[in-house]
Amino acid sequence: MNLKIKGLRVAVEGTEILKGIDLEVNSGEIHAIMGPNGSGKSTLANVLAGREEYDILAGEITYNGKNLLEMSAEERACEGIFLAFQYPVEIPGVSNVNMLKTAVNAIREYRGEEPLDAMDFLKMVREKLKLVQMDEKFLSRAVNEGFSGGEKKRNEIFQMAVLNPQLGILDETDSGLDIDALKIVANGVNALRGAENGFIVVTHYQRLLNYIVPDFVHVLVNGKIVKSGGKELALHLEDHGYDWVKDEAAAAM
Amino acid sequence: MSKNDLKKQSVEKWYVERFRRFEASLNGSSRTPFHRVRRKAIEHFERLGFPTTRDEEWKYTSVAPLTAQWFDMAAAAGTRAEIDLSPFLFEGMDCSLLVFVDGFFSEKLSLLSPSSGVTLGSLREAFQRGDARVNDYLAALAPLEKEAFTALNTAFTRDGSFVYVEKNVAVDQLLHIVHLFSGQKNELALHPRTLIIAGEGSRFRYAESFHHLDGGVYFQNTVSEVFVQENASVEYIKIQDESRSAFHISNLNVRQERNSRFNSVYIDLGGGLVRNNLNVTLNDSNCETHLFGFYLGGENQLIDNHTFIDHAKPNCFSNELYKGILGGRAKGVFNGKILVRPDAQKTNALQSNKTLLLSRDASINAKPQLKIYADDVKCTHGATIGQLDEEALFYLRSRGIDLNSAMAMLRYVFVSDVFASIPLPEAQQKLADMILRRLKTIETENGDGPKE
Repeated sequence: MNLKIKGLRVAVEGTEILKGIDLEVNSGEIHAIMGPNGSGKSTLANVLAGREEYDILAGEITYNGKNLLEMSAEERACEGIFLAFQYPVEIPGVSNVNMLKTAVNAIREYRGEEPLDAMDFLKMVREKLKLVQMDEKFLSRAVNEGFSGGEKKRNEIFQMAVLNPQLGILDETDSGLDIDALKIVANGVNALRGAENGFIVVTHYQRLLNYIVPDFVHVLVNGKIVKSGGKELALHLEDHGYDWVKDEAAAAM
Repeated sequence: MSKNDLKKQSVEKWYVERFRRFEASLNGSSRTPFHRVRRKAIEHFERLGFPTTRDEEWKYTSVAPLTAQWFDMAAAAGTRAEIDLSPFLFEGMDCSLLVFVDGFFSEKLSLLSPSSGVTLGSLREAFQRGDARVNDYLAALAPLEKEAFTALNTAFTRDGSFVYVEKNVAVDQLLHIVHLFSGQKNELALHPRTLIIAGEGSRFRYAESFHHLDGGVYFQNTVSEVFVQENASVEYIKIQDESRSAFHISNLNVRQERNSRFNSVYIDLGGGLVRNNLNVTLNDSNCETHLFGFYLGGENQLIDNHTFIDHAKPNCFSNELYKGILGGRAKGVFNGKILVRPDAQKTNALQSNKTLLLSRDASINAKPQLKIYADDVKCTHGATIGQLDEEALFYLRSRGIDLNSAMAMLRYVFVSDVFASIPLPEAQQKLADMILRRLKTIETENGDGPKE
């Protein structure tokens, strides 16, 4: 898996949020994207997933050699991209199991595979439920309806485990979680990470990165990646905040 | 007098002239007490005339296409070769069947096996045997002096359904009234009349389906009167699947006495111009009323639901939920009137209308009208008009589900609580299939994606 972002500039409702992003993610890599609020972290995650409200002003994104910007949200999912939402929406009336089965079989159809029957699907899904320590009962509940913040985030990781993407994007998955929920989320991601897939972990706080140890850390300030480094960079930000990075970036201009 | 007024006047005169012919054809029946009511009715109709959009109650619904045509009553039922009723019936249910073809009662297709304590059959036969109860109740409730279509139906009442449930009889069997338009002759006017009396403490449920065999242009003008006596309970489900070129005007008048219950479910799938008037009078305390309506329209359909609940006495509970999905250039109208009289303390009245618009050109006019004259009441109303939740759509797509499938999933959700409200669990599957099939045809007409 290879994701290449070059010179990406994105605006929303006339305001430019991403002002030239260059980033490359390969299989086996976990990239953390950190930054102060309003820096454009979520925008980057959502643009990758294919949300349509964004205007692509410039730049290109290639995914496995294909032009990602030309693909619809569902095509991207079928090509192996998964976004774990920051604010997962509730969908009353659509059960978790129904949605997932439809998704799994849509992706299988796209890949020319046979659909999974109800029994095989349930078997597969039960295994993944264990990963996020969720009870089977929640399968018949409506998607995210009445879920606590922690349950919603665990549901995202559960879905990611079921769909097994090549590129997993976590959009502030840790926000609003207590330490126990955080550990469950991290365990889920760690169980999935391997040589065949890559992850982009968007986070404001360093804490998650104690559990999901990144290979690369990028700091996003005002729509640009102003600093990149290894996992130590995250620890440095933890101790010193974001101001020094902002100052460094300003000085470099 | 303008040209339009001239043309308008002649359509009423056409029906009056038809009435004279009808009267002449009645022979002996023209001397029955009910015929006096018919005569009064045609006078009222001539005085009232068909409504125009200048009438408050018809502001959003023009009947000009209906009044532009001069419909005639059938002389006899169209004689098609074997009519197969099975698409319209509910299998596996204990039913009595009253089948009308082109307005004529069909003994052959009907199945009358009433339980004990129930009188059930053709209204005409009740007239013919001089059933006193018909005279006592028929036209006692329907406002023929005020409502033109009611007056017209009453003038032309020739046949229909009559049900009398004796005191304390709980009927498990469903009465299914089926109205079929054969299409053998076009431009027909049909005026089916239903009279139902549920005696004290009784329990009764009935379904009424309106279907056509092969399209056609016709004017279905139906009036029902339902008396729910003290402690009685009546459930009604109406399935309207008329031809797309048909005019369907229905007036249902219900009067509830103390401690009674009335539930209705309306499912409107067909018709070109549809207007349902549903009037419920809560004549005594402790009544419970649930009115549920579902409308599904596409192309150029117009589906208008007007309800009126009169809380005349205290401690009654009424609940209305009307939901619809409109696509193409369909037009929906919902007008829910609730009157809470000064004596009606501790009234609890809920009303909700929700419409999903699938296309740019579909529209809905929703108007709750609450007139509250008592001070210790709880009344809520709400109307929402919307498209599918964009956030939910994106979520589903981000999981690999294509846009059209995602939209279909969310539409199904909107529709599926309709299924739960259908009081006939045995028929739920069949009705669900009917609704989903119709939904699919509307969806495929709107291939251009979600409304902006």
